[in-house]
Amino acid sequence: MKNQNRRDFLKTAGVLTAVSCLPINLVELAFADSRKNFTFAYISDSHIQQIEGSKFVRNWDRGLIRAVAETNLLDPKPDFVVFGGDLAQLGKKSELDHGAEMLAKLNYKTYCVMGEHDYYLDLGEYWSKLYGDHYYSFNHKGVHFIVLNSILTYDDWTYNRWPTAEQRMNEMAGLDNPNGSPFMVGEKQRQWLSKDLEKVSKDTPIVVFSHSPIQKIFKGWNFWTDDAEEVQALLQPFDDVTVIYGHVHQIQYNQIGNISFNAVMATAWPWPYPRSYAQNKDFVPKLTVPMNRANPFHERDATGWQLIDLDSGRVALRYNLYDNTNRTVAYNPLTGRPEDKDFQDKAKRIPSQEHY
Amino acid sequence: MRRIAITATVAIIVTGLMIVAMLRADEFTEKDQQRWQQEYMSVVAEGRELWVSPDLGTNGVACAQCHPNAANTHPETYPKFQQQLGRVVALRDMINWCLMNPLEGAPLDLDSREMVAIEAYVTYERRGVALAPGKH
Ligand code: HEC
Ligand SMILES: [Fe+2]
Ligand SMILES: [Fe+2]
Repeated sequence: MKNQNRRDFLKTAGVLTAVSCLPINLVELAFADSRKNFTFAYISDSHIQQIEGSKFVRNWDRGLIRAVAETNLLDPKPDFVVFGGDLAQLGKKSELDHGAEMLAKLNYKTYCVMGEHDYYLDLGEYWSKLYGDHYYSFNHKGVHFIVLNSILTYDDWTYNRWPTAEQRMNEMAGLDNPNGSPFMVGEKQRQWLSKDLEKVSKDTPIVVFSHSPIQKIFKGWNFWTDDAEEVQALLQPFDDVTVIYGHVHQIQYNQIGNISFNAVMATAWPWPYPRSYAQNKDFVPKLTVPMNRANPFHERDATGWQLIDLDSGRVALRYNLYDNTNRTVAYNPLTGRPEDKDFQDKAKRIPSQEHY
Repeated sequence: MRRIAITATVAIIVTGLMIVAMLRADEFTEKDQQRWQQEYMSVVAEGRELWVSPDLGTNGVACAQCHPNAANTHPETYPKFQQQLGRVVALRDMINWCLMNPLEGAPLDLDSREMVAIEAYVTYERRGVALAPGKH
């Protein structure tokens, strides 16, 4: 009912729609140490897809264009933007170029994360020309940020299994393709991470950006990282750790020990929750209050982008959902876990959040 | 004269076949069942191929891109009221709706081989779920 009202309102609002979705300067900042507070925006999973020549799938283009335009309108301005991976659909130069051209319109410094759709054609070579290293870290206002390339897999699958690079890309691109292979961070990168963390004091807040979840949710769709436990073990000794991931195209959040997990939406299309697949057991974290079921008659429903507040080292994610009611998932220091601001209480949930 | 003879012969043969068929109507073997299941599964496989095909529509988008394992298609709820279409529709109508919109394609004939194959695949992935006609 609530959604319908909002939809009706948006219809009447007409050209003002874009602006009405953006009550962003109303975000409350209630922090202990105000010097540490800042925001950044998170855009992910645009899946820019070439049809032929200069023709691209209009639907996916619109999703990214809108995210960039809305992010540029933010007031106050975010300190930077993160793009969470899957810029392209089939890793082609033409797709990465077209996506990069749209991303370049952002008025802010942009950090990029590798997605499997960007990687498995040329193993990230062209992506590197555009965005540099596949994994790296940086410090910003007292927070240590780590960008991982978590979509690697077993060498045998990557190097020996497929006769052509195009086929390798196609096999990994199909989410439910049984010929795919589980994602992983891998030994080499874990060693780098362990070294990188040596310099960081235990009370420094850590925020990790990865494409896959760094937790095990559903292997059948690669909502999964095979060496998740090993990576988690490196992060657990720190007081405040947050992992922000893309790939799943839906709202998810979880708490494992000291580590908070938050997923972001895609700008391209939403995915069903694993529980909607009848031949599968449900491993989505119990903590998660799902996004609303998507209405396919609204092309941009259940897609969007995020504004993230760093609340003294923990995050509050505001999901800006193009054709739906916005949601906020924030770390609650009293319970020690991320919670939905409006719907965490079971009694407050609405029928649209029920997936089957 | 000749035509009558032919008609009579055909009639006798057909009647004969019908009697044979009637005699065996309630008899089938495990082998029959296996063959029928194989026939069905081969159509499921055809449906799966269409499901992941970039050529079903016109823009290279496949059904599987948004519906992995045909999740979120809810075949057990059809026929049901689709508020946006304003009436009770069949699963086939929604298959065509998604084909015409996100895939920017032409609708399939409702009785076409492809339509049956897609339905076979979608319902196969949903096997075991109780019927819930009309549920949104
Ligand atoms: C851009 C994403 C997208 C693509 C591509 C797509 N669909 Fe859909 N489709 C949706 C969404 C979202 C829904 C609504 C799901 C729900 O009700 O929970 C939906 C609903 C449906 C439904 C009705 C489900 C219900 O509960 O009533 C059927 C059937 C369906 N799609 C079939 C298809 C077929 C067949 C294709 C390929 C020709 C396809 N879809 C391609 C997004 C997509
Ligand atoms: Fe993605
Ligand atoms: Fe992905």
